Amino acid sequence: MRSLRPTLFKAAMTFLGWAVALLLFFPILWTVLTSFKSEVEAIAFPPAFWPSGWTLENYFEVQERSEYFGHFLNSVALSLGSTVIGMLIAIPAAWSMAFQPAASTRHVLMWMLSTKMMPAVGALVPVFLIFKSAGLLDTLPGITLIVLVGNLPIMVWMLYTYFKEIPADILEACRMDGATVWKELVHVLLPMSLPGVASTMLLNIILAWNEAFWTLSLTAVKAAPLSAFIASYSSPQGLFWAKLSAASTLAIVPILIIGWISQKQLVRGLTFGAVK
Amino acid sequence: MRKSIMALGVALALGTVAPAASAEEIVIATVNNGDMIIMQKLSKEFEEKTGIKLRWVVLEENTLRERLAADIATKAGQYDVISVNSYQTLLWAKMGWLTKLDDFSADYDYDDFITATRDSLSVDGVMYGAPFYGESLITFYRKDLFEKAGIEMPAKPTMDDIAGFAEKITDRENGINGICLRGKPGWGENTPLITTFVSALGGEWFDMEWKPRLTSEPWREALTWYLDVMKKAGPAGAATNGYNENRVLFSSGKCGMWIDATVTAGYLLDPKESQVSETTGFAPFPITDKNPDAAGWSGAWALAIPTSVTDNATAAKKFIEWATSKEYARLVGEREGWLLAPSGTRKSTYAAAEYQQVAEPFADKVLAAISAVNPTKPTVNEVPYTGAGFIDIPEFQALGTTVGQNIAAALTGARTLDEVLEESQIYVERTMERAGYYKK
Amino acid sequence: MSGYRMKRAARLALAPSVALLIVGMIVPLATTLWLSFRYYNLMNPALGGFAGLSNYEFFLTDPAFAQAIVNTILLVGGVLAITVAGGILLGLLFDQPMWGRGMARLLVIAPFFVMPTVSALVWKNMLMHPGYGIFAWVAMKLGLSPVEWLSNHPLLSIILIVAWQWLPFATLIFLTALQSLDHEQQEAARMDGAGPLDRLVYIILPHLGRAITVVILMETIFILAIFAEIFVTTSGGPGYASTNLPYLIYVQALMQFDVGAASAGAIIAVVLANIVAIFAIRLAGRNLTA
Repeated sequence: MRSLRPTLFKAAMTFLGWAVALLLFFPILWTVLTSFKSEVEAIAFPPAFWPSGWTLENYFEVQERSEYFGHFLNSVALSLGSTVIGMLIAIPAAWSMAFQPAASTRHVLMWMLSTKMMPAVGALVPVFLIFKSAGLLDTLPGITLIVLVGNLPIMVWMLYTYFKEIPADILEACRMDGATVWKELVHVLLPMSLPGVASTMLLNIILAWNEAFWTLSLTAVKAAPLSAFIASYSSPQGLFWAKLSAASTLAIVPILIIGWISQKQLVRGLTFGAVK
Repeated sequence: MRKSIMALGVALALGTVAPAASAEEIVIATVNNGDMIIMQKLSKEFEEKTGIKLRWVVLEENTLRERLAADIATKAGQYDVISVNSYQTLLWAKMGWLTKLDDFSADYDYDDFITATRDSLSVDGVMYGAPFYGESLITFYRKDLFEKAGIEMPAKPTMDDIAGFAEKITDRENGINGICLRGKPGWGENTPLITTFVSALGGEWFDMEWKPRLTSEPWREALTWYLDVMKKAGPAGAATNGYNENRVLFSSGKCGMWIDATVTAGYLLDPKESQVSETTGFAPFPITDKNPDAAGWSGAWALAIPTSVTDNATAAKKFIEWATSKEYARLVGEREGWLLAPSGTRKSTYAAAEYQQVAEPFADKVLAAISAVNPTKPTVNEVPYTGAGFIDIPEFQALGTTVGQNIAAALTGARTLDEVLEESQIYVERTMERAGYYKK
Repeated sequence: MSGYRMKRAARLALAPSVALLIVGMIVPLATTLWLSFRYYNLMNPALGGFAGLSNYEFFLTDPAFAQAIVNTILLVGGVLAITVAGGILLGLLFDQPMWGRGMARLLVIAPFFVMPTVSALVWKNMLMHPGYGIFAWVAMKLGLSPVEWLSNHPLLSIILIVAWQWLPFATLIFLTALQSLDHEQQEAARMDGAGPLDRLVYIILPHLGRAITVVILMETIFILAIFAEIFVTTSGGPGYASTNLPYLIYVQALMQFDVGAASAGAIIAVVLANIVAIFAIRLAGRNLTA
């Protein structure tokens, strides 16, 4: 009896947990399944759950029409570029605020966050004009810069909350040993806060990959990432469900796989100081 | 394009340098409709023949319009060839933002274009947009359903006829809606359709002083008819159905009638896309006794070149000349099937035996529908604007969007007809006032 | 190293971030502010000149303005309510022993990786479509008539889509927080006869306080600026039923091309956002930076 109850409980939780998980995952699963159907099957009603033919036709057509690989590379460059440069800028800032706080630190931090609250649409025309005169329209550096600016507050904040949890005396001690600020950062702080740093990088990669407002407004062909590519498949004429599903799958699968592989690292640091 | 030092600096930091634009590479920004997707496919021929490389930016219509507006108004010159409709062509040509397309070779044969289509893209007789299709409105209907209900489509149906038929053939148990009409809000979606119905009932947007007339009797009548017929015979979720959605509904056999763009005729007869290819019939846009001349709208999708494009203008012209030529129309016919040949643009297409053979059920009707529209006199009363289905002022896009939204709200039942017309009237007046139309 | 030099190093380290954000935010903000006092219409170059406060007046008297504010609040509030409540429940659920927990958790977090445009397109076309969507099919199976989600419940539909995207984030944060909960303390409470509800109210929820703050703050930042989901699904309609503040500004700027009025709208949005930010500082500042 005593050993049965936990088992029963576990079984119930398993059932409930998996039911919820499948429900939440269903839209993605459905998209992937639909991408292998023919267009007619894709809108069949009542829906055909399992593709009958497992056709790859939609993928071929999407590839033929939109040079998927170029957009993919742009997405990779944009995500990695903005993340690496962002970390180089954000780590020193977070270190400074966490270990050498000034009276203004809290305000600076909140000011940084508040910059994210300005609706991007409001700044679109000014930014477009600035980009135009700087020759940054449809360039990777341009789009990387704007995505970087957009995500920097989140990076700084996330790193800051993580650094805060590291006892300051450890850094203090190594400083007593005569280590320079640089050494302190690289040899002590970073190894200790590796989970937080990894998590920040991953979150930023995800946010940059999925950024869809600036990429759509400021790139055309040369620098357009996957989030711009998907706009070609939004309500075209005729039957498009299967092609839309194929394009969607192509756009989300890379980041989904990265997210899944690295989810342990992502989760470990994704606390924003919520866990003491 | 000029590159700033800043851009280069960041580029080096990233380890990537964007390739320099070559004069022989042109960027085409286009809407993701069927004709353009075919053009993209076939343009490999053009690339091989001329050595000019084409880069395509294919976008959903609203996104495209937003991008083009920002690009052309700031003279950013990101796109060498753009796809625009009649409204944009006329407006932007008048502002000097589009390049004249009047120096193509003799083979191009400007006179071969259907006059109404060419006129809808020309200012003072000069063409600024080369059409890849032209259109008006037509009534598509299901001959099998009409037969089953024991009714017959008259040669010139009236709006009352249509409403009666719609109710009769509706069979919701079996998923048949008597009629599908655009409900999705937008100046390129429900608004032009409603505008055309208003015009058929003798109404107009503005009087000669640019005072809005949205609370006038024809608007009330048109909307009453529209809301009533959609309630009794329209599909579920009609307020989100635009052209594309209705095309899917009709071709999958869920609509008894559909009043929409003539360009669709070929697709509906194509068994690859349509399940009703055997049973679709064609009738003119419905009329009333208030304006027997009403005949739908005039519109075209065209290719144009912004004046901000200089380096690539020659290559861009070369492409447009090819993509809207007789030779191209023939190429589409041979490769993709003559049903899909560019509709409503060239008389020679309609004269071609191959086209006549497959397009016989609709070709004459489409040609008649397009030719019947007179955009310079779209209404019964005298008005200060031209355009059938749209108004050739910069503000129309804003007006059409908001009025369309209001109509959609009435369609869902969230608002009453009176509220909607009243709010629209106030909104239009406010916008026109701000744009300076009422200054003494 | 002296304290003075340390401070200098700290300021130096902070400088690039602050500089970049100043350039990246203040320059567009200043341009926007300037434009908000000018007549500037993209499609009407003839208009121009100093506009005084008329852009602000025009934006504030827009019939859609009040509703856009209400919708923005409903959108943020609705998504927060669903994701916080749902996230805590899911966090509790996935903290329990179960078979294949790691795998199930992977499925739960997946929506967070999907780009907003894609999720909006998928929900609109394949789930909520009254003719071909899965929801319509489920309704039919249950003997109900299909719900016209986007036409009749536009704001609710958008709330659902956005909540689906953010629920994984909330779940993850709460789950991490729950895992740090002292299990002995829980056990002790159980021994003392505290029921599950008591434990939730007196032990678990207080423990989650900081996590709830974080979720609210992070999500508010992103949801205040929701745009793509509305653009793709309802275009703000029918009427203004799903127009939020960013979408209204977008309509001004790129559908009406009235950059002057749109800039005024953007400035108003910044002011409102800062009011929210002040509240957020009060709420989060106490909890997080202390």
